[in-house]
Amino acid sequence: MTDKVLLAHGAGGRMTHQLIRELFLPALGNEVLEALEDSAVLDLQGGRLAFTTDSYVVKPLFFPGGDIGRLALCGTVNDLAMMGARPLGISASFILEEGFPLEDLEKVLRSMEQAAEEAGVKVVSGDTKVVERGAAQGLYITTAGVGLVPEGIEIRGSGARPGDLVIVSGPLGDHEVAVLVARGDFSLEGEVRSDCAPLNGLVEAMVSASREIHALRDPTRGGLATTLWEIARASGVGVLLKEESIPIREEVRGVCDLLGYDPYYLASEGRLLAFVPEGEAEGVLKAMRDHPLGRGAMVVGRAVEEPPGKVLLRTKIGGHRVLEPLSGEQFPRIC
Amino acid sequence: MNWRREEPEAARALVKEIARLVEGPLRLMEVCGTHTVSIFRAGIRAMMPPELELISGPGCPVCVTPTGEIDRAVELARRPEVVLLTFGDLMRVPGSRGSLAQARAEGADVRVILSPLDAVAVAEGEPRKKVVFFAVGFETTSPAIAWAVKEARRRALENFYLLPCQRLIPPAIRALLSAGRTGVDGFILPGHVSVIIGRAPYLFIAREFGLPGVITGFEPLDILEGILMLLRQKREGRAAIEIQYRRAVKEEGNPLALGLMEEVFRPADARWRGLGSIPSSGLLLRDGFSEMDAVQAFDLPYEEVKDPLGCLCGEILQGLKRPPDCPLFGRGCTPEAPIGPCMVSSEGTCAAYYKYGGVST
Amino acid sequence: MCLGIPGKVVSKGGDFAEVDFGGVKRQVSLLFCPEAEVGDYVLVHVGFAIQRLEEEDALQTLKLLQELGEQYLELEEGGA
Repeated sequence: MTDKVLLAHGAGGRMTHQLIRELFLPALGNEVLEALEDSAVLDLQGGRLAFTTDSYVVKPLFFPGGDIGRLALCGTVNDLAMMGARPLGISASFILEEGFPLEDLEKVLRSMEQAAEEAGVKVVSGDTKVVERGAAQGLYITTAGVGLVPEGIEIRGSGARPGDLVIVSGPLGDHEVAVLVARGDFSLEGEVRSDCAPLNGLVEAMVSASREIHALRDPTRGGLATTLWEIARASGVGVLLKEESIPIREEVRGVCDLLGYDPYYLASEGRLLAFVPEGEAEGVLKAMRDHPLGRGAMVVGRAVEEPPGKVLLRTKIGGHRVLEPLSGEQFPRIC
Repeated sequence: MNWRREEPEAARALVKEIARLVEGPLRLMEVCGTHTVSIFRAGIRAMMPPELELISGPGCPVCVTPTGEIDRAVELARRPEVVLLTFGDLMRVPGSRGSLAQARAEGADVRVILSPLDAVAVAEGEPRKKVVFFAVGFETTSPAIAWAVKEARRRALENFYLLPCQRLIPPAIRALLSAGRTGVDGFILPGHVSVIIGRAPYLFIAREFGLPGVITGFEPLDILEGILMLLRQKREGRAAIEIQYRRAVKEEGNPLALGLMEEVFRPADARWRGLGSIPSSGLLLRDGFSEMDAVQAFDLPYEEVKDPLGCLCGEILQGLKRPPDCPLFGRGCTPEAPIGPCMVSSEGTCAAYYKYGGVST
Repeated sequence: MCLGIPGKVVSKGGDFAEVDFGGVKRQVSLLFCPEAEVGDYVLVHVGFAIQRLEEEDALQTLKLLQELGEQYLELEEGGA
């Protein structure tokens, strides 16, 4: 490992995992943390508490379809929802750079509140710190969230089983592309909006249709490929995907073509992946498509016994490709 | 226009025909890194009959930037008055003291650009900095880089410099074939390089070495069609340079682009990772533009870094050996800790072999 | 190092054009393709159009496939 933090450590791929394994876990490790799930599920007498934390450092702060406030609220709610938990409350801590316009802060807060209303959750605790000009690049937000996991619901990243169908709730990569275009580094003009949204309502609808959903995860940093790899590894299953089933918008493809990016590594912030036993899939799919955030739901593959821990893509032309997890940052290429 | 060519039925028909035409072990080299990535993303290797091997050639960002070149760029980037601009492909190529990405982590002002248009814009916008464009690319990119040089002069940008690392494809192919022995039976030639240079520069492959070459596009069906055309030549005992990528490649290439390239650059010997020095395979600024040459302006000596001991990349790139033949393969040289370019490049011959060798699809 | 993407010329101004790539737009230099007109498709590499694209190639591939189809027919008839 290197001796300094690199941007690649934040990309959500192999290097992030390496940092967690080699530095964070040895220091902080315990059974709960080591499962590396989206939220910790803690036993309360008479129930299970889901508990998660997250930080938001997105640049730019405002982008089509959202901003750092909306992102923070949705991301935290989604971490709880991916365990099947009903969110109870969110806390948000703001690190503000000296000189940050109050007008912008207000916009962020209102956006956060709007997202909270959509999710049916409240921001119940907060904190503010101010740092000197030059630090924090405007605003950083750190959150925590707690939720209740209903009895009988066992949804976890290690829960996928051979035979499960893999379902995606909608087109992938919109968020990351919206942010990239908004950043302005590449002088692109596009209409892509971030898909940032709270998914707890969708998950509730899915769980109403089936109490046997095995695994849920939202494909954020590292995208579809990395997220499926995490689940495949944690569950000890292989995953076979059909490329032609994977929904990706034409404009997202266009940006990927221009930058040489692989769309399977782009983050979404309002989509989920579900591993559902085959017999339950039809019901779950219908429930998803009946929900506004699941209209584009598609079956994209299945979990298999061999080879465990690997994700294979059957390409459009009928070939095969292994989807590795993201290795570092994705850089735009000319080659 | 639907420019994507990935219809499964057409692919099936092409693959079937390819399988029918393969008569014995056959090794085809795709020279350009863009083909390597396209082949990988389309999953084409898995569709080829076992006797047909696709080898990755040296036309990739890793191979054209020897350690010494990266070291020189990193050294420059570390200077506080310098802004180093580069295409994203070079950010992770290893040098002896780290990559450009690592240099950036340590405070060097390294920025990724998408186009030489950006390079000129940055220079204009940062008059107090020395803006160095670490220019890498083949004949596809060099005309655009040539534009940047001339435009910087037109705008009187005295803070614009070029660190040229451009390479030429035909001399590299000639060097691969002139080694005496060759393990390659035919070439999948780079479609976009050929948009610029046309067909003529490759004729020596057929005429002097008796090998076929097909100028191929990058869509999945293009590549399958290109392979099929090579196999047909083999079956018929022919050796010619054909164009599969007819919609983009003209016989004469793009004369305007070639003209600008020739006005600004001159061919020079250049070093390739794993292959050493290849005559006339690189481009340097002509004397008339030498004030923009970063090597001269910053007085940067080149420090040769020897290719690692035991590394067989040179022979693998020539199609003479295979990854398992290399003593370092899997023993000290892995995708996580790569040594030679064939493993550093994420879809290089050794990296691909390592990753896909054990998985039955 | 040869990523080239086809796009449609939407508007033209001097040496530059606005090119549409499936909904995403970017400014592209027409220095090497001055003959490209609005409505044409160009192949773009690092922000420069390097070729005007023809549609005819699509027909070539179809021809090839028809050819292949016929060969199979012959094979089957011959082998039967």
